[in-house]
Amino acid sequence: MAVAEKKMAVAEKKTEKAWGKIVDAGLDEGIKKLTPEKIEKVINKALAAMGGARLKTYVDTCIHCGLCSEACHHYLSNDRDPSFAPVAKVKQTMWPILKNKGRVTPEFIRRAAEIAYTECNLCKRCSMYCPFGIDMAYILLSVRRICHLLGVTPLYLQDTAHSHAVTMNQMWVKQDDWIDTVQWQEEEIRAEIKNPRIPIDKEGADIMYSVIGPEPKFQAQLMGQAAIIMNVAGINWTYPSFDGWDNSDMAMYSGDHEIMGRVKRAHFEAAFRLKAKKIVMGECGHAFRSIYDVGNRWLGLKMPPVPVIHAIQFYYELLREGRIKIAKKFKEPVTLHDPCNVIRGRGLGEMARYVTNAICEDFTEMQPNREYNFCCCAGGGVINCGPPWAKKRAISNRVKAEQMKETGAHIVITPCHNCHSGIEDIIKYYKLGMHTKFFSEILVEVMEIPEEFKVG
Amino acid sequence: MFEFLMSEAVYKFVRGPLVWIAFFVCIVGSAYRIYSMISLAKKEKVLLPYLSLKYGLRSILHWIIPFGSINWRRHPIITIVTFLFHICLVFTPIFLLSHNILWYESWGISWWTLPESTADIMTLIVVFSCVFFLFRRIIASEVRFVTYPSDFLILTIAFLPFITGFLAYHQLLLPYRAMTILHILFGEAMLIAIPFSRIIHMVFGWFTRAYTGSEFGMVRHVRDY
Ligand code: HEM
Ligand code: SF4
Ligand code: SF4
Repeated sequence: MAVAEKKMAVAEKKTEKAWGKIVDAGLDEGIKKLTPEKIEKVINKALAAMGGARLKTYVDTCIHCGLCSEACHHYLSNDRDPSFAPVAKVKQTMWPILKNKGRVTPEFIRRAAEIAYTECNLCKRCSMYCPFGIDMAYILLSVRRICHLLGVTPLYLQDTAHSHAVTMNQMWVKQDDWIDTVQWQEEEIRAEIKNPRIPIDKEGADIMYSVIGPEPKFQAQLMGQAAIIMNVAGINWTYPSFDGWDNSDMAMYSGDHEIMGRVKRAHFEAAFRLKAKKIVMGECGHAFRSIYDVGNRWLGLKMPPVPVIHAIQFYYELLREGRIKIAKKFKEPVTLHDPCNVIRGRGLGEMARYVTNAICEDFTEMQPNREYNFCCCAGGGVINCGPPWAKKRAISNRVKAEQMKETGAHIVITPCHNCHSGIEDIIKYYKLGMHTKFFSEILVEVMEIPEEFKVG
Repeated sequence: MFEFLMSEAVYKFVRGPLVWIAFFVCIVGSAYRIYSMISLAKKEKVLLPYLSLKYGLRSILHWIIPFGSINWRRHPIITIVTFLFHICLVFTPIFLLSHNILWYESWGISWWTLPESTADIMTLIVVFSCVFFLFRRIIASEVRFVTYPSDFLILTIAFLPFITGFLAYHQLLLPYRAMTILHILFGEAMLIAIPFSRIIHMVFGWFTRAYTGSEFGMVRHVRDY
């Protein structure tokens, strides 16, 4: 213990030097309400409910070899500070929790929450590097679950979870706002194509298209672009007017499984109510994870009960089937960021390349790429922890900046909302002079608009 | 103390009942740990349905082949030492001539054996690998940070049967009988430690690897190696 403890004190100091002491009311105020007795009680109840097969087996199997370290962008970007190695994060959180059977201090919980919410993106890259395939993301998500039950969650992240609980969407969007936004976008795109339609509540449509809460709130133009693609491709599609239109799920990341379950159920139910054949999701990674990996399992479903595909796969199919044709490929040099949740999480790497090559002329790969790609450091709810943590998030992904710079590209294609914003932050912080774009942004720019859709 | 170590009674005990006890504890203990892991896993309803034989084996195969996975290729020295260490650690005791003679005497069974000089070298490989792991644990900061006294204990448990076996065979340091008794004792200690320490990675590692391999292969459609 002694060697490890001494090292930990040093590591903490280094950490503070890089970004100062971070104040987060959710954590700082949260621990004030805790007593060691309460912590012990809550933790033991939580551990019992988790079952513990994986948790226990992982902890007992880990041989403390440190071979997972180099998988993690936090570790590499912070000059190989050992406290950022994947196994080190477990050492500072779950090991003491299990060893002391939940008897830990409020200050310990503060640090554990900081690690679990802001120093791990749950990207699972380290599972590919550990000889035993130990799933750190699972362990750290379990730590988050405990922190949530203790009421110690980052303020901004908790706000999104509250929003999910109250409105079933992430951004406090009211139903009339939502419907208004959809109709407003239908008007907007009349300038681009003739007689566009955004059908609402159309029963029996082939596709229910779903977006994340921030789209109607801040980036409604993305909904317009999706509508252009749908109209030109001749897709029979619809949006629900009611709860369930939002596919995002920050409750999954705050550790609030109960709300996560409700939100996922509402999303699936919306498709059932509309008798839609499948759900197509916009370019978001965590939303996909929430229906394909975490949320569905919480509901006891091995796979989503309705077929769900991600936008990457949808565009791939449209381009392959020739439902969308390309007029003139995008000229600027681009590179492609592989979002963990749909590439390492769903193997869409090849399809993403097919789409990129179909719409762009000058494409350079990042190294490493596909499922070996580095995370954007925004995912896993880390960007949703808000402004207090933004600088730390940029510093902790220097490797991504280096990786992008190498490509010499001007545009980084990021088919995921968290990656899109997080990478834009990194670009600014390291002054790389690049920009991020979604596939849809490039697609509407380069696609052929058939005669019948040309505006007069 | 020394007299005691040399005594016939002690020799008989460590060669007789204690061997049985050690094997019994090791096998029954490990079986129990597998049993309790699987019963817990059954309670986590969304765990077992994700197991896939094909992808579990694909993953295990890539990781038990030297340089078969991305991380083995990144660390050639660690990979070579790890593989040599484990191969020698597991196979030297099983195929050692003198162990085979003991088994033949006790149970009337024996099998193919290693030439003595090869076994000697394999023993030294284990010994030096342990020294390598020890230094790595102290020098490499990412390993030191997660090091507990128990990690040194596990290394020692692996080290002692081999170093004493080597010394006994070459009749160094202590009289043959005393060193042999120590050797047998440490070997038994290792067997007994397996179910109770992180040496259980020898048993659990296959399961964790298979599970991750299944998730990555069957659900995520990507490689995990
Ligand atoms: C046959 C089944 C076994 C498998 C598949 C296995 C696998 C592994 C792996 C993958 C590592 C991590 C790589 C590394 O640190 O270099 C490791 C490390 C290790 N294993 Fe095993 N192992 C097995 C049996 C054993 C046994 C029986 C022992 C007995 C003590 C043992 C002792 C160790 C030690 C001491 C380390 C190194 C820890 C360190 O870095 O200090 N292993 N094993
Ligand atoms: S951020 Fe990714 S690589 Fe780092 S510890 Fe978390 S899951 Fe592992
Ligand atoms: S690589 Fe695996 S076994 Fe080694 S320290 Fe990391 S998690 Fe533990």
